[in-house]
Amino acid sequence: MEFLDNLILGAQVAFTWQNVFYCFVGVLLGTLIGVLPGIGPVPTIAMLLPITFNLDPVAALIMLSGIYYGTQYGGSTTAILVNLPGEAASVVTVLDGHQMARQGRAGPALAIAAIGSFVAGCVATLVIATAAPPLAEFALKFGPWEYFSLMVLGLVAATVLAHGSLLKAIAMVVLGLLLGLIGTDVNSGVLRYTFDIPELADGIGFVLVAMGMFGVTEIVTNLEQGAKREVFLGKVKHLFPSMEDLKRSWAPILRGTALGSVLGILPGGGALLSSFAAYTVEKKWSKHPEQFGKGAIEGVAGPESANNAGAQTSFIPMLTLGIPGNPVMALMIGALMIQGIAPGPQVMTDKPELFWGLIASMWLGNAMLVILNLPLIGIWIKLLTVPYRYLFPSILVFMSVGVFAYSNNPWDCLIMAVFGVFGYLCVKLECEPAPLILGFILGPLMEEHLRRAMLLSRGDATVFFNPVEKPISFSFLVAALLLIAVIALPNIRKKREQVFVEET
Amino acid sequence: MRIGSPKDFWAGVMFAGFGAFFVAWSLTHYAMESAVRMGPGYFPVVLGGLLLLLGALVIFRSLAADGPRVARFHFRPLVLVCLAVLAYGYLMQPGGLAVATAAAVFIGALAGHEFRWKEVSVVALVLVVFSYLVFVKGLTLPFPVCPSFIDNCPIR
Repeated sequence: MEFLDNLILGAQVAFTWQNVFYCFVGVLLGTLIGVLPGIGPVPTIAMLLPITFNLDPVAALIMLSGIYYGTQYGGSTTAILVNLPGEAASVVTVLDGHQMARQGRAGPALAIAAIGSFVAGCVATLVIATAAPPLAEFALKFGPWEYFSLMVLGLVAATVLAHGSLLKAIAMVVLGLLLGLIGTDVNSGVLRYTFDIPELADGIGFVLVAMGMFGVTEIVTNLEQGAKREVFLGKVKHLFPSMEDLKRSWAPILRGTALGSVLGILPGGGALLSSFAAYTVEKKWSKHPEQFGKGAIEGVAGPESANNAGAQTSFIPMLTLGIPGNPVMALMIGALMIQGIAPGPQVMTDKPELFWGLIASMWLGNAMLVILNLPLIGIWIKLLTVPYRYLFPSILVFMSVGVFAYSNNPWDCLIMAVFGVFGYLCVKLECEPAPLILGFILGPLMEEHLRRAMLLSRGDATVFFNPVEKPISFSFLVAALLLIAVIALPNIRKKREQVFVEET
Repeated sequence: MRIGSPKDFWAGVMFAGFGAFFVAWSLTHYAMESAVRMGPGYFPVVLGGLLLLLGALVIFRSLAADGPRVARFHFRPLVLVCLAVLAYGYLMQPGGLAVATAAAVFIGALAGHEFRWKEVSVVALVLVVFSYLVFVKGLTLPFPVCPSFIDNCPIR
């Protein structure tokens, strides 16, 4: 009954009035940001990170994760009502969700999205609770070889799952790894690539890179497109879906949940990939695929469940291995480190209240989100009518507050601007920022593990590939090689490009 | 010479450039040492070399493949948005929260498609009050509220 004891411990932590409050603030802010198009969860969490410095670790993590899955709910509202994704993971919801709204069925679309997300959230929470502890126990046996190989696998998977050219994605990872090395080398104390600038001695803050490449760049690209929006301003009537809707939706919800739960665990997976995959699956399985894109409720139910499930299970590698699968999880790791907690498999045994409290709060947060999103839909619709010309200066100010609060040094604003320009260049050259961010986070860690591994094996690099001595490391590297090989096959490469092109 | 896919070509040039720089700088400034005891230069040289190679591959493939042109750069919003962020950071110490916030809003708003004095002023005012109440009062972030030339700031 250890499982039950753990859940009770988690509930005791999560249901204190203070943590309920931070959970509520998190999901509320998340919904708000998710509803507003043009700003995703990464800059939001990055700019709110300094606010959590004064909170205790449990409350900070509860709030930040509330923001993350809150954005998944909010993003779908915008997708259905405005024909614009509130954030990237709801891109596919636009296809059928907005068509439903045009046919006067915005209510059922919103309701199914919320119900699907809730079911997915509950299931994914259980998945985390059951899968994480054994995984963490397994990971406790890892030495530097296993960690290094695991990171290689993680980075390879992240590039495979990023869209666009595979070669460019790998190059972005390597560039990220290199940028992550800037600062003081922990082993020798040598200042690397700091060019005698004292602010660079501690390296470039990850938050600044994320806010520059995701926040600043996003605002600039939105401005150049000239935000034209088709807002659905009618009243949302008949919130409740019909029996027919429910009958058509329950299977896609379950399939989406399963798919999202699995894909979320993969590095580079998470919400975005899950929703794309779920849409493709639903279209394939449907008896009437011709309805897709014309308001098929399955096209809302599947992806919406999948993106929420994926958002939640992406916590698993972060909590058990200390390795971020996506940029949001990288920010969570940053939050943990700021709180003085070294991320890794020992978190679960050293800080069970943090781990189980977070899990219990996820269930609570999902329940709050249903309430926030369905009865209060009118408020979010109002929010959507706020023109972008008021929004983006406000977002800019909030981003600046977040960056400045980081260390009270204008230098940080400069670095954010530099990465904003760089991110814009990357957008123009079709290079994905997400792989770079993952590389940036993992760079110093990888070097550290590589050094330790090489020292212990006396400079013999073949140990990594030795199936007898290091079977786990060997299998990680084989998996990474297989992934690259599979993707490089012309047939699959075409398929992969299609999956990402078809829906966008 | 014909470049089939300019987007990929320039991306490749960027990667190769970064790779070459990281390798060259590391070789001239940091010790490589050996694989057993890696010096500070070892990992950067390996990674930089890999990046250089990847960049070259991207360039090579871009010559043969067909791809879209690089879309036009919109410098106006880019420069103004960056300036707004910089203004906020660099005006905070001398000017205080109100000046920094207002400057960021006005400069940022210039990046948009329409600029209406009245509206922007209202947005700036709302954000100054909101920032003061939420960030300074509520979250106790140590931001100076008044400009630094005022010795005894009446608003704390």
